[in-house]
Amino acid sequence: MQATVDQTRPPFYRDERVLGILSQIVVVAIVLGLAYFFLGNMLRSLRDQLGVPISYGFLRQSAGFDIGESLISYGRSDTYTRAFVVGLLNTLQVSIIGIILVTLLGIIIGVMRLSPNFLVSRIAAVYIEVFRNIPLLVLLIFWAQAVFFKLPRVKEALILPGPIYLSNRGVAIPWALPTETWPTYRLILIGGLVLAFVVARILREQGKRTGRMPLISLWFLVTFVVVAIIGWFVLPQPLVLTTPELVGFNTQGGRVFSQQFMALLSGLVIYTAAFVAETVRAGIQSVSKGQREAATALGLTSFQTLRLIIFPQALRVIVPPLTSQYLNLTKNSSLAVAIGYPDLFAVAGNTILNQTGRAIEVFSLVMGVYLFFSLTTSLLMNIYNRRIRLVER
Amino acid sequence: MTSAVSVTHKEALPPPTERYTVLGWLYHNLFKGWFNTLLTLLSLGLIVVVLRPLTHWVLNTARWGVIPANFNLIMRGQYPADQAWRLWLVLFLLAVVVGFVWGVWSKQVQIALVAIAAVPLLLMLVPFFDGGIRINLLLMDVLGAGGYLIGRRVPPRHSRVGIFALLAYAFVMLIILRGFTGEGGAWPSVPTTLWGGLLLSLLLAVFGIVFSFPLGVLLALGRQSKLPGIRILSVLYIEFIRGVPLISLLFMAQVMLQLFLPAGAPTIDRVLRALAAITLFSAAYTAENVRGGLQSIPNGQYEAANALGLNAFQTMTYIVLPQALRAVIPVLVGQFIGLFKDTSLVALVGLFDLLGIARVVTANPNWLGTQQEVYVFIAIIYWVFSYMMSYASRRVEAQLGVGLQ
Repeated sequence: MQATVDQTRPPFYRDERVLGILSQIVVVAIVLGLAYFFLGNMLRSLRDQLGVPISYGFLRQSAGFDIGESLISYGRSDTYTRAFVVGLLNTLQVSIIGIILVTLLGIIIGVMRLSPNFLVSRIAAVYIEVFRNIPLLVLLIFWAQAVFFKLPRVKEALILPGPIYLSNRGVAIPWALPTETWPTYRLILIGGLVLAFVVARILREQGKRTGRMPLISLWFLVTFVVVAIIGWFVLPQPLVLTTPELVGFNTQGGRVFSQQFMALLSGLVIYTAAFVAETVRAGIQSVSKGQREAATALGLTSFQTLRLIIFPQALRVIVPPLTSQYLNLTKNSSLAVAIGYPDLFAVAGNTILNQTGRAIEVFSLVMGVYLFFSLTTSLLMNIYNRRIRLVER
Repeated sequence: MTSAVSVTHKEALPPPTERYTVLGWLYHNLFKGWFNTLLTLLSLGLIVVVLRPLTHWVLNTARWGVIPANFNLIMRGQYPADQAWRLWLVLFLLAVVVGFVWGVWSKQVQIALVAIAAVPLLLMLVPFFDGGIRINLLLMDVLGAGGYLIGRRVPPRHSRVGIFALLAYAFVMLIILRGFTGEGGAWPSVPTTLWGGLLLSLLLAVFGIVFSFPLGVLLALGRQSKLPGIRILSVLYIEFIRGVPLISLLFMAQVMLQLFLPAGAPTIDRVLRALAAITLFSAAYTAENVRGGLQSIPNGQYEAANALGLNAFQTMTYIVLPQALRAVIPVLVGQFIGLFKDTSLVALVGLFDLLGIARVVTANPNWLGTQQEVYVFIAIIYWVFSYMMSYASRRVEAQLGVGLQ
């Protein structure tokens, strides 16, 4: 055995570490070079064509345009910043309501899809296949132009039980209006929530000590509801329900949602629910049959099986794709620009951009907001995933 | 002993008469228990409530005349009518290439192929098509069969010919559509601004996926890389693109792409700008999907490749990527369907794709108030294409045994 192995180091072009560093330098240099090239061109053309440097100062100027609907007071003399915030709040409004509705509808359809009843599962399958394969934008424009914009005048409004009035002035639904005791009541509700958390904490500790887990979420809910009911009767009527009614050429009372809002909301919810349903179905199916059988063998009741065995495991599969669907819904709400609902993108990316011509500033703001949403969500998602992984062995 | 066993069997499985008769089926699937029966009745009610007004609208109220009157517009946008034969030529070539590739890749006739061949035949049944269109559709099938017969003669070791045929087709198709003899001549140029309708939607989707795929694979490899510089850049790109809506990228491309180029650069036309945005957008999603495939490759594969003396590049191209990509075929098809649907967004930046044309048609004073008909029609077109793709992907998936692993 002769030691013919070369003890010297390999030449640098065969050394993995050197190659790694070199290739990184090359790639980073190319990317930086391209960025320099593009940004340089951009700054140059901005200077030559428009003669304006990049500046966010315009945000303090008066906007001078009206916005169809707004959650905060807004007039055309307000600043661009305020217009921006109006759009942001509208985006949040449609996203939050949409997420709640899509969760409900998606779970219902996903569970229907798994029903042993042939007809029920077929209906769910048809729903999913129909709406998953149609572009959301087509659906939105269809809802807007072919349904909500074609609603009759207020005099001939369609009346659904509730009463809900559907007319070309929008959709009026019954709504609880706060009275002057509402601020106090809100504090009581927050107190109830805190108390409920304390109760849940105590029960969990007790459960760990005794080995018998009580129904924590049930007691949580009971505590909160009891406080809420007591508060309701101690304070005279913090909320009063108003129902819309026909007065002259308009509806009065209740809360009116514009046609644009309703078209956007229904399009988003109906479309996204198909995807959520698939997520839910996949999650429930991912729990193997043996788990259910084992739980039965251990003597758990079917409710306990669902609560302690199926649900926690299904949730682990469901939650990550579900959050990404929520995020999709939020991002897709930017399609509101097609049907005239003043969301963030419609206000900033369309109106403000057209008025000021400040493409870079406007796009950086709009994209920054959407990026903030998505990065925050993925951060929360990572934390959630890590917590859930602890449950695993 | 034996009798006891047979008794349990009888309880476990209902007699065939009950299992296989209509009544037995009805009982087990629809009317087992009061809750099930209630659900069945509710579902029937729902079906009646939805279908009755719908059929009434389809058969009586709807003004379907708007579709035949604008059919050419919906299919090809403003593409000049006297050049429409070029579109047929493209379709004929498509038939030949699809038949050929199918012949190369799989040697026996399959159901999916029959289904594809049935599409032109089914289209011949559309009532308002004239004789010329029907003959052309028939010709497509004949040419496809011809291509298939030629493809079958290609020996399996040359199966890579299929990819080349597809790439060559994409290239030739663009030249035919764009024209190359300037203003006059037999093949006058047709600017992309005139392309529209289904033609534009399909082109954007196909070229979007073709261009974004290599970029996406590179980004996925970059994200998996051990080198921090490359990894960070890839992660930044992917997370940025996935965090913003496509519509903002499309608007940005329309407004700002030209700003990024040097002063003397030729103007990029609107279709290309939209395609650039779609490509950049889709690449980030491809990257994430491919990464899923890469993560499914066990370490042993890399180690085995190393032991065989393959270098990093060879390991990737011969060992890792083929397995990783095969594992994510269904996901990539899903993404392609999403991309096809997303091309409808270009209507918002002023292109006349399927949706853009629909808006033009409904704005036509002759056809006021036909939004329902037109949008339902283009929704059906989108639906048929997307559904066919997802169906085909499921078949391929079953054939390759992906997902069974």
